[in-house]
Amino acid sequence: MDFLDYATLRVIWWLLLGVLLIGFAIMDGFDLGVGILLPFVARSDGERRIVINSVGPVWEGNQVWLILGAGAIFAAWPAVYAAAFSGFYLAMFVVLCSLILRPVGFKYRSKLEGRRWRSAWDWMLFLGGFVPALIFGVAVGNALLGAPFAFDDTLRMTYHGSFFGLLSPFALLCGLVSTTMLAMHGGTYLAVKAEGPVAARARTAAVFAALLLVLLFAVAGAWTANLEGYRISAGLAHDADSNPLGKTVLRESGAWLANYHAMPWTMAAPAMGLLGALLACLAAWRRREVGAFLASGVSVFGVVATAGVSTFPFILPSAFDPASSLTVWDASSSRTTLLIMLIAVVLLLPVVIAYTAFIYRVLRGKVTDRQVESDHFSY
Amino acid sequence: MIDNAAVELSRLQFGLTAMYHFLFVPLTLGLSVLLGIMESVYVMTGRVIWRDMTKYWGLLFGINFAMGVATGITMEFQFGTNWAYYSHYVGDIFGVPLAIEGLMAFFLEASFVGLFFFGWDRMSKLGHLTATWLVALGSNLSALWILVANGWMQNPVGAVFNPRSMRMEVSSFADVLFNPVAQAKFVHTVSAGYVTGAVFVMAISAWFLLKGRNSEFAKRSMTVAASFGLASALSVVVLGDESGYTASLNQQMKVAAIEAMWETEPAPASFTVFGIPDLAARETRYAVEVPWMLGLVATRSFDREVPGIKPLVALSETRIRNGMLAYGALQQVRSHPDDSQAKATLEAQVKDLGYGLLLKRYTDKVTDATPAQIEKAAWDTVPNVPALFWSFRFMVGIGFLFIAFFGFSFWLSAKRLLDRHPWFLRLTVLILPLPWISSELGWFVAENGRQPWTIDGILPTFLSASSISAGSVWLSLGGFVLFYSALAVVELFLMVKYIRLGPEAEASGLPSTVGDQARAGE
Repeated sequence: MDFLDYATLRVIWWLLLGVLLIGFAIMDGFDLGVGILLPFVARSDGERRIVINSVGPVWEGNQVWLILGAGAIFAAWPAVYAAAFSGFYLAMFVVLCSLILRPVGFKYRSKLEGRRWRSAWDWMLFLGGFVPALIFGVAVGNALLGAPFAFDDTLRMTYHGSFFGLLSPFALLCGLVSTTMLAMHGGTYLAVKAEGPVAARARTAAVFAALLLVLLFAVAGAWTANLEGYRISAGLAHDADSNPLGKTVLRESGAWLANYHAMPWTMAAPAMGLLGALLACLAAWRRREVGAFLASGVSVFGVVATAGVSTFPFILPSAFDPASSLTVWDASSSRTTLLIMLIAVVLLLPVVIAYTAFIYRVLRGKVTDRQVESDHFSY
Repeated sequence: MIDNAAVELSRLQFGLTAMYHFLFVPLTLGLSVLLGIMESVYVMTGRVIWRDMTKYWGLLFGINFAMGVATGITMEFQFGTNWAYYSHYVGDIFGVPLAIEGLMAFFLEASFVGLFFFGWDRMSKLGHLTATWLVALGSNLSALWILVANGWMQNPVGAVFNPRSMRMEVSSFADVLFNPVAQAKFVHTVSAGYVTGAVFVMAISAWFLLKGRNSEFAKRSMTVAASFGLASALSVVVLGDESGYTASLNQQMKVAAIEAMWETEPAPASFTVFGIPDLAARETRYAVEVPWMLGLVATRSFDREVPGIKPLVALSETRIRNGMLAYGALQQVRSHPDDSQAKATLEAQVKDLGYGLLLKRYTDKVTDATPAQIEKAAWDTVPNVPALFWSFRFMVGIGFLFIAFFGFSFWLSAKRLLDRHPWFLRLTVLILPLPWISSELGWFVAENGRQPWTIDGILPTFLSASSISAGSVWLSLGGFVLFYSALAVVELFLMVKYIRLGPEAEASGLPSTVGDQARAGE
């Protein structure tokens, strides 16, 4: 496999990282979004059970996109894994706790009849959707700003920020972008899977979330254009052993636009983010539920891809010591590991996608009151 | 610099969250296979009671499964959050089995578990049976990949140190995959999970029989569990012996510590059934020994020696001195990449670099360590002898007890006498906690016995941690303790409630929707 040299493999793994994160945002995104909308689109216990059971059988498989995404970063970009997870320590802890609420929330909520019991779990399912959606966006915001970390000569990372330091206005704006994006995505999904008043409210929620997303995404884009981005100025071979200390990095206002200037076709990413959301809004309004869901998926794809295209080849820049920044060229695993992992993905991911499609086919159709009531295993 | 309090707290947090996670994993492993067996009988015979059995045990499986999934995410994240230097240093190898676990195993398990619960009326009998077996396959494959990762921590084969990227990199993925330690651990761990599932089904069925409820249901469940449990209990002991521990120096140290064996004995060594290990005097008092047994089990030969703790420490001391040479050469190579003499020294001594790193606990200038520091570091390679000695003996005792128990149960079930002896049923209910206790002890022996390393002989634990403050870890640790305790209460409450309701609840259609007309929360 000589044609797959180290530099090519690194780019492939940067693309695969994007595939996995987009897979997560599209697949797990709609059930996180459904969690966000749960308290607002469903009022009675019966309605809430329809909402919960609309994702009940599939959310568990969807969440594996996140597990796999984290595992793939660990294996393919170990330095990024180490720096991001330990740097954002408390934020990660909060994300973890809210993610833990989901399996137990789905499973346990309807196992008892008490109204307070169920209402408490409903709010926990809301948090389980809202908090990760917000914090993942905040994390992307901080990746665009650069995080305050540095490496010593043994490549041990030190972090020079705090939890509240993550919550800058720009990062919070990015958090709102991701939250409205997933709310839109969950709303369009629910409009497809539910009936009656729940579906109607979900449609309305999707319309508003999509409009809000267009607005917030545009503002965030304009802000990003004026941010001090990062540029590698010297000293980085694309096929050398991974060591992030061998380069120099400059900070420049507008550097995050460089890729769009150099390759105008990459403008397709933000365009998909904006047009997808507009189309989703229009389709939901016109009651074309399936179309709205697909358009929303396109929008999610575009928004996530925009973050990647803007920062390439950076993965996690350092604001504290720009030379320590982690990039595609110096933060990856060895060539052998990238190759083994590529083979694993090429062999296994199509199988995963095939049986996922099969499962959605088996479970197709709307979730109704009667179904929820009659199935012993309903959530 | 590394904050020692943060390291110790991170160890505590990882240990606690791992042991908590492993309260749920063995039952998932065992029950998923038992569900597959029960449903297979249903599909083959068409008798509805077997479907009801699958559904009822499946309900309990689901309550347990949710907790396993929830607490598993914590394990993956913690390598990055608390063990960042570890992630950097060995992610190139260790990350691969974790990622493949997600891709090949967890995806399968988590996707088809939805069909297991929600697919009963949407699929053919055979289709649903396939989904059930795929859940079982997924959970077992998941254990395989996790234990490939864990086995590599115990016996790090197929990897080399790269001085330019300052980390370990994979040299042979086949060696990582077919690591004998990993293979032995996989069979041992999975079998222990099967035993857990079998004991769970036995104990709850016995309770039904004692209450005079669901006797047809309970007897059938016990029959399946008894034979499955017997095969699994035998496999745990036969395939879980110490033979996998001979692969490396640290593994040998683990065996010596488990046996509290301070000196090398002439082969074949005897096995100490009882004794009081004395750390200060470095000897074991009041030892009661079975001649030959340890030597035969650990080396599978009459003439190979099992080395004792003291000679192993002496060996470690030599390796630390080599490690100092490697460390010095590494620094030289990094500042003068063209120094061919330093390169040659590094290449010759690099396998002991990790032993040199042990000195970092006592001095920043590894190359100037004093003989006293070297001796201290060498004795650091001895894990907690009394704790390992006793944990191991209790685990093994429980293992043998299960063989006897399932042997007897199997005989009773063959004679169709399972429901005839109330004392046997009571005993069966009483032993319910034992598989969990032995599983936790087993992990304690394996992982505490690995100390002072995270990666045996390569990376010491205290260097593996993230550069985070002790305050942050206090916060997360406190949070986990509170949050996990609350979840444990909820889980146990629901488990007990649904056990009490029994399979009859199936007919009554619980759970139901409440207050449909009223708004929730009002």
